[in-house]
Parts: sequence; C-alpha cells; structure tokens
Amino acid sequence: MPFINFSKDEIQCKIVYYGAGFCGKTTNLQYIFAQMGEDTKGKMVSIDTRGDRTLFFDFLSLNLGKIRGFDVRVQLYTVPGQVHYDATRKLVLKGVDGVVFVADSLKVQRKKNIESLINLAKNLAEKGISIRTVPLVIQYNKRDLDGTDSEILPVEILEKDLNSMLKVPSYSASALKGAGVFETLREISKLVVKDVSRKIMLVDQQLK
Amino acid sequence: MNIIITKEDLKKINFFLDKVVSSSLAHSVLLIDRSGQLITQYGNTLDIDILSLSALTAANFGATAEIAKILGEEEFTLLFHKGKSENVYFTAIGEHVIMVTLFDDKTSLGLIRLRINQIAEDLSRTLASIFEEKREVTVSGLQRPS
Repeated sequence: MPFINFSKDEIQCKIVYYGAGFCGKTTNLQYIFAQMGEDTKGKMVSIDTRGDRTLFFDFLSLNLGKIRGFDVRVQLYTVPGQVHYDATRKLVLKGVDGVVFVADSLKVQRKKNIESLINLAKNLAEKGISIRTVPLVIQYNKRDLDGTDSEILPVEILEKDLNSMLKVPSYSASALKGAGVFETLREISKLVVKDVSRKIMLVDQQLK
Repeated sequence: MNIIITKEDLKKINFFLDKVVSSSLAHSVLLIDRSGQLITQYGNTLDIDILSLSALTAANFGATAEIAKILGEEEFTLLFHKGKSENVYFTAIGEHVIMVTLFDDKTSLGLIRLRINQIAEDLSRTLASIFEEKREVTVSGLQRPS
C-alpha cells in the first residue's frame, strides 16, 4: 500500500525481507545501513532477542531520490523467520508494496526455504495479495560459503525449488560480505516504484 | 488500498490536529496508518525519529490487538505509555489510522483524552471520506510489472 502525499510530493513504500530463520534478512539490512550515506538513511531499529534472532522486525528507512517530481522513500522491514512467529510476520506484511525473499543456500535449509515461500504466499493471500503479482525478488544468500565445509546448493537447484513457477528476478548474494545486496535492493525498488507509478497514473485517470 | 493525500485533505486533517494541540498543551500529534506509514505530523515534534516512531507504533498497536484477542476483545482502542517527563498516548481513529499524541508534564492525561475524544469522531469521518470516497484504486487483475 503506497502512501502518496501530494502536499509534500512524497511517496512512501514498504518493502519486506522475508525468509526462513537465520537466512540473512537482518544481515541484508545491516549491510545496507552500513553502506548508505547519512543523508539518505534513517536510523535502523531492531527488535531482537539476545541470541541475535529477530523477535519482531528490523526497520530501516531510505530516501531513493526523485521520480516524476516525487520524493521516493522506502521503508525496509524484515520479519522473524522462525515458524512459530507467524502472527508477527502477518503484522509486518500489512500494507506491503514489495517483497525480497531471502533463500538460504545451505543444503540443510532446503526444506525450510520452500516452507517459508509457501508461508509467504499464504500470508499474502490472506491480505488479498497474490504472490504472482506483488513486486518480488528472490535472493540466494550465503554464496560466499561455496568451497567451504558447509555444503551449499547450486543456484540451479534453488531456482528450480523456488523460482520455477514465479520466474521473478533472482540474485546470488552474500549479505555478510555485501555481494548482491544492493543489486537485490535496486531491483525490488525498481519493481515497486514501477508498480507505484502505474498506480499513480490510474489515480490520475480516475480523478480526471 | 492506496492512501493518497492532497493539500486540501491535509488542510482538513490539520484543522482537527490543531484543535487538539492548541487546547491540550500537547507537544505534537502524529497520524500514522496501520502499516506504519506516517500520514502527517502537527505541532513541535522536537528532534525525534518520527519514521521509526511510526513503524514501532503500528507494530505496538498490532501486538496489543493480538493481546486483546487472547482476552476476548477485538482490540484495545487506546494505549498510554508514561515516562519520567515525556508521555505518549495512542488512539485508534477509525479502521486504518492511529493518532499518536506526545506530551510532557505541563498537561495531564485527562485533558489530552478529553480533547481527543472531542474530535475523534469527526476526524474519523473526515479520514473515511478521504480514503473511501474517491481514491480507492482497483489494482486487481494487473500483472506484475516486467
């Protein structure tokens, strides 16, 4: 649900990072927060437990510059990944304009990725949003573990598991080291802004 | 639902917020929507991080609504947090909006509540007309942008 403020010529959009527990959603936001300039970012708010697990959500507000004369501000949220925090995930998804699904490349997490994607589809559907139409980008995280003792799945397998039906843009990434993080953010922002611009045009037409 | 606010809408909304701020000695009043987006702020918000406050307020409201459900209530329509000198009072305004009132010990909770109650219904009607009357954009059936 974009919020379009004609009195300030500002558009606010909400992007949610979704995925199974420990897949790297918060790490994505932390990397973005560390790299962005002071003038374009707000504070990063995290509600987590002592064990580094997100309890409620992380929140980061970014200014993306101007589009068609409007200042575009995106608000990035993460959800808690653990299965039993579903009620919290639903709360955070409220009013979402775009989703980044962060998949864990570790082989042992294969099933959890699929479960989390199904959970996302279900929770979006409850809000009347189809996973097939919402702006969505998939990120294959932890690619930096390739060649280490931790066994990771090839991108082709992850694509087949998660993206064979959706066919959305996908990126290999290492949220910890930063590879692919901004590519993911750029793509989802582009999709969301495109979607919002289309909505503005619809509004323009309806108001005329 | 998309929220779209024009200058005229904001004028109408600020009329009510001005009434609250000027008659209750609150620092400032914010209106935010239930997904955490700031709609408008009125008064002196000092140097606080309004965007984070909005996100956390929506989450706070959502979380307490779940507590209400456990207790058999639909939701709690007002919340109050008291600090040593700063206080915050949250009120649900209609279905989509939360009003956040920031105030210190120069005024009292009773006065704040009274002033908000006096405008809540009219403000809620105004917001409902802004949201529903003209701006509901039908986006179902649209395809993902390529």
